[in-house]
Amino acid sequence: MIVVVLGIATINFFLLHLAPGDAAQVLAGEAGSATPEYIATLRAQFGLDRPLWSQFLSYLGNVLTFDLGWSFRHGMSVGRLILDRLPATLLLMGASVGFAALAGSALGALAGRRAGSLADTAVSTVALLFYATPTFWVGLVLTVIFSVWLDWLPVGGMTTIGAGFSGAAYALDVAHHLVLPAATLGLFYVAVYARLMRASVIDVQGRDYVRTAVAKGLRSHRILRRHVLRNALLPVVTMLGVQIGSVLGGAVLVETVFSWPGLGRLAFEALFQRDLNLLLGVLLCSSVVVVVVNLVVDLAYAALDPRIEVA
Amino acid sequence: MARHFGVGSRLARGDGHGGSAIAQTLRFASVALYAWSFLRFAAGAAVIAALLLIATRVSAAEPKAGGTVTAIIQPEPVVLTSALNSAAPTGTVSGNIFDGLVDYDFDLKPRPALATSWETSADGKAITFHLRPGVTWHDGTPFTSADVKWTLENVWKKIHPRNQLTFAKVTEVETPDDLTVVLKLSQPSVAILSSVNSNGAQVLPKHLYEGTDVLNNPYNNKPVGTGPFVFKEWKKGEYIALERNPNYWDKPKPYLDRLIFRVIPDAAARAAAFEKGEVQYGVLSPVPLKDAKRLAELPTLKVETKGYEWLSPFLFIDLNVDNPQLKDVRVRRAIAHAIDKAALARIVWFGFGEPASSPVPSTLKAFHDPAAPAYAFDTKQAEALLDEAGFPRGAGGVRFTLNHDYIPYGDDYKRSAEFIKQALKRVGVEVNVRTQDVPTYTKRVYGDRDSDVALTWFAAFSDPQVGVTRVYNSASIGKNIPWTNGSGYRNPEVDALISSVQGEADPEKRVADFRKLQQIVLTDLPTIPLVELKFFTVHAAGLKDAVTTGDQVYGSLKNAWFETAPAQN
Repeated sequence: MIVVVLGIATINFFLLHLAPGDAAQVLAGEAGSATPEYIATLRAQFGLDRPLWSQFLSYLGNVLTFDLGWSFRHGMSVGRLILDRLPATLLLMGASVGFAALAGSALGALAGRRAGSLADTAVSTVALLFYATPTFWVGLVLTVIFSVWLDWLPVGGMTTIGAGFSGAAYALDVAHHLVLPAATLGLFYVAVYARLMRASVIDVQGRDYVRTAVAKGLRSHRILRRHVLRNALLPVVTMLGVQIGSVLGGAVLVETVFSWPGLGRLAFEALFQRDLNLLLGVLLCSSVVVVVVNLVVDLAYAALDPRIEVA
Repeated sequence: MARHFGVGSRLARGDGHGGSAIAQTLRFASVALYAWSFLRFAAGAAVIAALLLIATRVSAAEPKAGGTVTAIIQPEPVVLTSALNSAAPTGTVSGNIFDGLVDYDFDLKPRPALATSWETSADGKAITFHLRPGVTWHDGTPFTSADVKWTLENVWKKIHPRNQLTFAKVTEVETPDDLTVVLKLSQPSVAILSSVNSNGAQVLPKHLYEGTDVLNNPYNNKPVGTGPFVFKEWKKGEYIALERNPNYWDKPKPYLDRLIFRVIPDAAARAAAFEKGEVQYGVLSPVPLKDAKRLAELPTLKVETKGYEWLSPFLFIDLNVDNPQLKDVRVRRAIAHAIDKAALARIVWFGFGEPASSPVPSTLKAFHDPAAPAYAFDTKQAEALLDEAGFPRGAGGVRFTLNHDYIPYGDDYKRSAEFIKQALKRVGVEVNVRTQDVPTYTKRVYGDRDSDVALTWFAAFSDPQVGVTRVYNSASIGKNIPWTNGSGYRNPEVDALISSVQGEADPEKRVADFRKLQQIVLTDLPTIPLVELKFFTVHAAGLKDAVTTGDQVYGSLKNAWFETAPAQN
């Protein structure tokens, strides 16, 4: 696993250095009529005047000692910047994935159980709609309806600035701000899981062991829970693992639309500012998250399906 | 730097930086917003009359103290001291924390701030500033001439990207007493007095900076200033909070209790936040142009184009004079004749701009030359010039093809590039528009010189020496310094004029030099001025005196007050 992460770090490093321009140039660009001396000063300060291999070796050394380096753009250590933003992103990710997995599986199971019914058609249509609609557009429409129009929810941000809430009031305030971004990010995945779950339930229902269970005279409630759902969940869990990584990508859009102070936006801005230390740090952290989540998914398989063993 | 200001800001203004992909799609949302605005307008119509009545009744009232302004800052600044970073968002926040020696009225005349008066010696080689007594830094330390001297010698002359040139002629700074600063100059330097506001020449507290690594000083991110608002907190990615300075020298100002700058990266979300009343102030065109029209019609909001006089931004194209076709001046003039600037300003810029005839914008009344060579929109003339230059229409009616790069600060610039493409196609010049991000753009235009036609905007500033001459100065060609000479134009006569205006004391002689400069560069035409841009500020209708200076975009809200306090969210 460590080898995988180190490999990712190496590829990231060289890939990012292929981009034209560097942080000194971006800063100078924003500053206007900069002199060559000014740019040279910045480059030397950022260590950008050293040869690439030397920059790479010190980067690798830093990674091995869990030091993510220094963001010259922000004047803070990368680790600190990431830790500042990580909770916001984890909260958004957790809320939306949780919402998506629960609602998606429930809707999918419902539709699958009654394939061909009106409920199935309704669920499938709505799922298709959300699957096909771009995330940020859903976000903007929700903002217009629930914030501007109905005035129920805030337009963006994570907290009410200057309200000075603490404890439960603070949690409630954050939850209030979380509803729209989490729903926006979650709706797409609701659609994915609902469709997956529906197909999976239909498939499992036709299996021999379900017919056997029916023949045994088990109550349908018990068949659904013990035999159908448990087996049908496997592909959903697989998908969950695969998608945790891409949620970060979707988060860039949602965090932008809702001014959510998360990691996705930080990475996106870092790319445009050529703040490579920061970008490398964010990418490394996300790759660690993905690797860890995949490990968890493998363990979850074993729990759901005893036939699969953890090697 | 001009661009820096604006530019930087445009970047992240969401449309460009924040994600041009996003911006495009945001268009859909505007349809929904549009529909909503009609509904809202109808519903609000009844209320408007009442509001108007109230407004007229109280408009003459005394400013009222109290209230919190929530403003938009976009993109998020890097640091909060404009002495070290002249990017736009830094300037907007920093101007509220730091006062300048002066600020500028709408006619760009300096008005006293930290300096109560100033004079230039008869030979122009000494400038004396008399500082305001009794001013303290936010930590209570007195503000003195030593702060000005230290900042000039260690920051403006060494680190500030623009001031290294502006203050280049300063040989010595004398401080005969705590409240007097005398700049000794090797040559007269008139431009200094046009850039000593809090953005052009910000004074840092010597007692917190002396002997430190200035660029990495922790106070860059928690500044201690002299201005009307005191820095309170910066939550990265979310907001910057400032509080009223109770010891401000200009009592009873400031009227507002708190000033919060919120980071809202998405352009459509910014428009929604204004509409909902969650934010009451935003500078540098905080919403897309098409939304500006709509928001201006709402009774709760005002759209104001004043406050940018000190910047005087203008849009232009650099023509690469090393290109085999563009090196012929007839081709460059043909291109100028082929572009309908009035239509560009009206259609692409929604009227937020005027056609430009000179690189010195007409807002700089003293320096602008209305008699400089002009190129009227005339496609026949353009075709004749191209034929004459030896580029007849070939297969498919195409004479030749040019690569066009536009500054990636959002949709407005992209649409301008598309407009130019269409205009040149009419006269048989095929244009290949290329899109890239900002670092790639600046490297291509100012470093690799790999662009044929490059669209960008600069701030001219109140003295063209500061903002305009860099367009033509041959010293910076190909050195990869953003926002300098992108055309590759070299003319010894122009270079001589540029260095002459820097050391000229006689204002009339300088004006004559600048007019001559305009005559030459508009004859040779290495760049084509297109539009004098009008940036705009959006503020709540209930927020009075929000725009009171010609450098308001980087100034403070010390004069602003709420007639009707907004419902705080």
